[in-house]
Amino acid sequence: MTPTRKRRVYMILIIIMGVTTAVSLMLAAMNKNMEFFYDPSQVAAGEAPVDQLIRVGGMVVEGSIVRTSNTLLTQFDVTDNAHSMTVSYTGILPDLFREGQGIIAKGKMNDTGQFIAAEVLAKHDETYMPPEVASAMKNKAAQP
Amino acid sequence: MNRLMRWIHIKGSPENYYRLAGRLIPWFAIPGLLLLVTGIVYGLVFAPPDYQQGDAYRIIFIHVPSAWMSLFIYLGMSVAAAIALIWRIKVAELTAMACAPIGAVFTALTLLTGSLWGKPMWGTYWEWDARMTSELILLFIYLAIMGLYQAIEDRRKAARAASLLVLVGLVNIPIIHYSVQWWSTLHQGVTVLDRKMDPSMLWPLLIVAVATKLIFATNLLQRTRLLLISTESRKRWVREMAKTETPS
Repeated sequence: MTPTRKRRVYMILIIIMGVTTAVSLMLAAMNKNMEFFYDPSQVAAGEAPVDQLIRVGGMVVEGSIVRTSNTLLTQFDVTDNAHSMTVSYTGILPDLFREGQGIIAKGKMNDTGQFIAAEVLAKHDETYMPPEVASAMKNKAAQP
Repeated sequence: MNRLMRWIHIKGSPENYYRLAGRLIPWFAIPGLLLLVTGIVYGLVFAPPDYQQGDAYRIIFIHVPSAWMSLFIYLGMSVAAAIALIWRIKVAELTAMACAPIGAVFTALTLLTGSLWGKPMWGTYWEWDARMTSELILLFIYLAIMGLYQAIEDRRKAARAASLLVLVGLVNIPIIHYSVQWWSTLHQGVTVLDRKMDPSMLWPLLIVAVATKLIFATNLLQRTRLLLISTESRKRWVREMAKTETPS
């Protein structure tokens, strides 16, 4: 490679390294601000601020979903397998909302320790399979 | 090394490349279209429904191949941009510039299909989580590259300036890829590389993924040819071709 081309290679490498460093520092700084997410254990420990917009997440506890007959109000418990907390939400829940599903709720804690959600988002994992395979796997797991 | 460089310079001359690309196009276009139709029909009609998402998951057969292309094209564009900056090869400059609009379209398609999929499944069209935000930034980077290329009058200087921007934007690619591992995202984690998909669903996905690469190659060659004759319009080979050949 000629000296000019070598110089260009170095210039490019320096630019890429510089940008990478700058962006990593920015992301590291941002990470500290992204911690407005609380799990039920943190809420149980009283770490979540009252009347501030936060996010909580966990699994919907089996048998905990209570729907009212005349309104869109739904109450359910979410758990991180250590502690659980009650969430109430008025609105249409996503298709994937069901018992045992991981969800994220955005909203505020009220004075009585209840979480009033303004938005409920359902998470799904990275597994894709036909229903028959899923039920076959379930049966296999149920066998002693 | 010198003989290789000589060969690249001769074969990579605008005139030679224009003819070579013209001959190559059908070899990418025809299998690409056949595979695309096969993969889409397989995915949308014959693949089984998902145990959780039912039929709604089928948008994956467009969403995921588009998302892969949005990253794949950027990597290809970066290689061309680096070659353009170091060796000042004209065909490399134009190849890099021809990548940007195709990448932008795939990125937009990724965001659009993801948004349409997110509403019924997650409960929202958009969430500022790391995966979605970094993919949106990718769209802006593609648009900035196209804008910079158009903003500078001198075509070769424009291509080199935009190529530099391509390499600056390269930092976003690993961020997109690892975003679901580095941060807690609403977006799901890695499916295909972690073998979390049933083969009956994986096959159509892979077929579409190959098809989109072939279609990208077709479009890239066409766009590079266009850029070649428009930037070289005053050169003798273009004028002679214009006299003797009917445009195809």
